[in-house]
Formats: sequence, C-alpha cells, structure tokens
Amino acid sequence: MSATTGATRAITTARPPSGGRMRRPVLTTLSGGNGGTNWWLTALIAVCSLTVLIPLYFTIVTALKSPDQLGGTGFELPTSIRWENFAEAYQLTNFPQALLNTALITVGAVALTLLTNSLVAYAIARNLHRRFFKGLYFYFLAAIFVPFPIIMLPVVKETALLGLDTPVGLVLLYTVYGLSFNIFIFTAYIQSIPIELEEAARMDGASTWGVFWKVVFPLLAPMNATVGILTCVWAWNDFLLPLVILSDPSARTLPLAQFVFQGQFNTNYTVAFASYLMALAPLLIVYIAAQRWVVSGVMRGSTK
Amino acid sequence: MSTTSEQATPATLPGTVSAPPVPSAPRRRPPRVPRAFYWMVVPAVVIFFTLHTIPVLTGMFFSLTNYAGYGTWSFVGLSNYVNLFLDSRVLNSYGFTFFFAIVSTVLVNVISLAIALGLNANIRFRTAFRGIFFIPYVLAILIIGYVFNYLFANSFPAIAEGLGLPAGNILADPQFAWIGIVVTTVWQAAAFNVILYLAGLQTIPGELYEAAAIDGASSWRRFRSITFPLIGAYFTINMVLSFKSFLQVFDQIVALTNGGPGTSTESIAMVIYRGGFQGGEYGYQMANAVIYLVVIIVLSFLQLRFLQRREATT
Repeated sequence: MSATTGATRAITTARPPSGGRMRRPVLTTLSGGNGGTNWWLTALIAVCSLTVLIPLYFTIVTALKSPDQLGGTGFELPTSIRWENFAEAYQLTNFPQALLNTALITVGAVALTLLTNSLVAYAIARNLHRRFFKGLYFYFLAAIFVPFPIIMLPVVKETALLGLDTPVGLVLLYTVYGLSFNIFIFTAYIQSIPIELEEAARMDGASTWGVFWKVVFPLLAPMNATVGILTCVWAWNDFLLPLVILSDPSARTLPLAQFVFQGQFNTNYTVAFASYLMALAPLLIVYIAAQRWVVSGVMRGSTK
Repeated sequence: MSTTSEQATPATLPGTVSAPPVPSAPRRRPPRVPRAFYWMVVPAVVIFFTLHTIPVLTGMFFSLTNYAGYGTWSFVGLSNYVNLFLDSRVLNSYGFTFFFAIVSTVLVNVISLAIALGLNANIRFRTAFRGIFFIPYVLAILIIGYVFNYLFANSFPAIAEGLGLPAGNILADPQFAWIGIVVTTVWQAAAFNVILYLAGLQTIPGELYEAAAIDGASSWRRFRSITFPLIGAYFTINMVLSFKSFLQVFDQIVALTNGGPGTSTESIAMVIYRGGFQGGEYGYQMANAVIYLVVIIVLSFLQLRFLQRREATT
C-alpha cells in the first residue's frame, strides 16, 4: 500500500517538469497518459529487477558470514564478517590455478575464434553464388542442429587419441563448435559491406588476403565485438566440455573446480559461497565495467 | 512441344536472333575464384570435419555395436535401438527433458518479452535496469545452481514456515523437483532473451505507434496488431533456439538435484554422460544419442514451420 501511494506521489511530482506533454504528445499516449515517464512501469520493473538482485545479495552475504550465523532465512546481514572464508576457499579449490586456466582458455578461444571464424565467413559470404561455398555454408549451418551431448562420447575418445585432452584442445573445440553460429552472423554482416571497397583495394594491388586483413577485418569490428562477447561468456562459464575433455586435474577451470570440491564444501556452506563468489566475480566485474558496451554488442548481433 | 515450334517460326525470319546465347556464354562465366578463398576455408573444413562430423559418424557406427567404451566389441544390429524403447530410465529422461524444455521455453519467452516491453516503454533508469536484467547471462549456470540449491533447501522452507505454509525442500520431492530446475533455468536464460527481444522491439519505427495512437488503439491492441507481428521473426528464432538449448540441459541439474530424487530429474544429456562414461554403455548410449539427434531435428523443423506459418497469418 505504501508503495502504491509512493508511486502516485512520484507521478504527481513528475508532472511539472514534464510540461513537455504538449511538445511530445506521442510519448504521453504511449506511456499511459502520465507525463513523459511512466512511473508505475518504472516501479514494476524495479520490483522485477529485485528477482535478479536478491540471489546475488544472498550469495554475497552468505560468503561473508561465519557458519554459526547461518540458519533462519539466510537473508539477514552478517553480524560480523568472516574474511577467512575467502582464504579457505582460495586454498581449497586452488583458486589461482583455476582462474589462470579459465582465463587462458577464454582468451585463447576468443582470439582464435575472431581470427579464423571471420576469415571462413568472409570466403563463404563473397562466394555464396558458387556451389562449393554454398554447400559449405549449409554444411556448417546444419551443425547448429547437433547438440554437444550427441557427439560427447566420440569426441572424448577422439581428443584423447589426438592428445587434445588439454586446455589447448579446449581452445580448439570452442573455436570449431562456435563456427556454425558465428558463420551465420558474420556472413549476414559481410554481405552488407559494399564490395566496391574491396575492389578499390584490389585495384591498388592488394591480394585477397591483404583485402581481408586490411579492409574487411577492420570493418568487422562491431561483429567481432559481438562474437567476442558471446565466445568469452561461453568459454568462461562452460562446464560440460571441460568436465569431459580435460584429463589433468591441474588444468581445471573455475566451474569445474566448484563441482570437484562440492563434496568438501558440504559441511561448510560459508566457504562454499565464498568460493562461488570468487568464481563468479571476475566476469561480473568485467561486465559491470563494460556494461553498456556488452549489452549493445549483443543487441547489435541479434538485429543482423 | 507444339508451342516451341510455333515460337520458333517467327524467330527463323531474322535468322541471327538465335545466336546470342552462344557468344554470351563465355562472357557470362564468372571470373575464376582466387585460390586464396579456398585456402581460407579448406583448413577450417578439415578441422571441423575431424572434430565434429567424424564424431557424429563414429557415434552412429558404434550405436550398432555393444562397445562398452573399452575392450572388444561386436555388431549387435539394431538391438540397442530396440532396448532403448524398453528402458524405463531412458524413456523417463525423454519425458522429463521434453516437459522441462517446453515449460522453460514458454516461461522464458513470455517473461522475457514482458520485461523487454517494460524496458522499451517510457521508464526511468532504462539503461541501468537493462544492465541489471542482463547480469545472469554472465554467471555460470552451474554455480547459480549451487546457490539456488541452498535457497531451495534452506531459505525458502524457512520463509514458508514463517508464513505458515507447508515447508520442505522442493528439490527433495520427486514430484516437484522439476519446479526448482525450471525456476533456476528461467532466472538465468531470461537475461539473454530480454536483450534479444529488446533489440527486436527497437527496430519497430515509432511512427506506427503514433498512427495507432491517433486511431485510438488500446495498448493491448497496439501490442497485438503492431508489436507482436513485427517482432515475429525474433519470437520464432528465440523459441527454436531456447527450446534446442533447454533440450541439452545438464549443468543446473548437476548442481540442483544431480538427477534425483531417484532418477526423476535425469535429463537425456545426463543419461548419455552417466551411461557412456560410468556405466560402460558406450554403444547403447550412442544409439540413444542418434535417436535424440533425430528427435531434435524433426522438432526444430516442425517448430520452425509452425511458427513461420503463424507469423505469416498474423
């Protein structure tokens, strides 16, 4: 009830500044006739956003508590902060090793994906009218319909045989398994680049490779951002592929370490949550720092 | 045949008219493909074939054997396939996976579209809210699953008890454990879909709403007649892609129930993983994977056809 009156008050106070009601009649009707800003909807969206924030809040406060503060609903603020949780989780899961593994695999997967997938998509996009390249396009696209669990068992056998049951192998697998979807979005974007630019470069004596690296690849920057973000989040958070591919325990990634040490955590939830928080934090911090860029990058990719 | 001879008669008069196709043929031939284009794709094709197509083919091959994943094997014909249909654990995993995927797909798309509509309206702090709703996308679903596991096991029962409601860990109940998995999945998957729908909504020109507003159309009417038809393509793609990804569900189940209680929340991916790696059922689980692949392809096409037809009629 108090929230309702608060919202109505917000609407009435919002009226004077939105004297632009006369200037912007369209916005007024769109927002339900309550001035420029729809405060009811803002309040509703704010309440909805709590469903996202509350589990995060819960993770943070639980990671800061001592075991005797657990109990009840668990949403209470900690009475005293126990920093040792983080030290223990750091030791137990060998956090620096897992962080380094995850970071190297992610950086490798993003770099290799951007350099190779855009190249393949360029060759296909510029030759789609030829049967060979059109065939390849559909060959790669068809793989979108093959979920990983279907090829999981043979892939594990094969990577072990080829000596690819390592972080290097994972980088290669992310690059190859991302190819289908990335070709799909790169190709659409490349076809929107006027071919005259490439012809001009070719007149100046550039080779096909030169045209790609000097003219096309820089123009792909917006799509490279999109593909880079998607690949980064996928490689960083993936669990199943590292679980089945990696054979050496010292190569464990962050999600894999959470899984492996689950048994040890069972008795100590606060250390477990400190470990979860440390595993979630790196990408969360990067995201918060580059939030606008990340969201617009993903939105750009989806409108192509 | 008769029509061609009729048309041919006037053409014989000028005589030379029939000539053009012949000399134009060499001129129209496309210029040679620079060899560099082949060098760009061939290595990728070879690696892709090795790491993707060969596993598909070897998997299909071993589905016809009794290979355990190690040791010797022999052909067993289609008996793996026959046994699949008699295996209650496998049938149960298909039932659970499809039920889970359908419920999650519908919920994720409805909730995401609703939030995207809200974010696209005239609200304050739009960029900040947009940023908040996207947060779950960057978090590992396995770890989110562990957090929600604790919430379902400890916090929610405590809250329910405080409100005088029946308290208990939903994940420990074979009948309702799926709800916990769906909640966790929707929480994480909505993030990405909100952004996709928002991108779609922003492609709609504002003039359309101006015109509708002048005609006095209600907001529901505006949604039904303008918004929804214009983002129909996004709706189709999102439904198909989210359904496909939910059919592969694995991580969150490991974290929440580990397939339990019993085998009530075992997904297909989980049965393949456990049977193939731990149960010595390599050949048998490959037969399972082949069936799974066929089902996914058939369903994806049906879904695309159905949703595209709906798109065309609205």
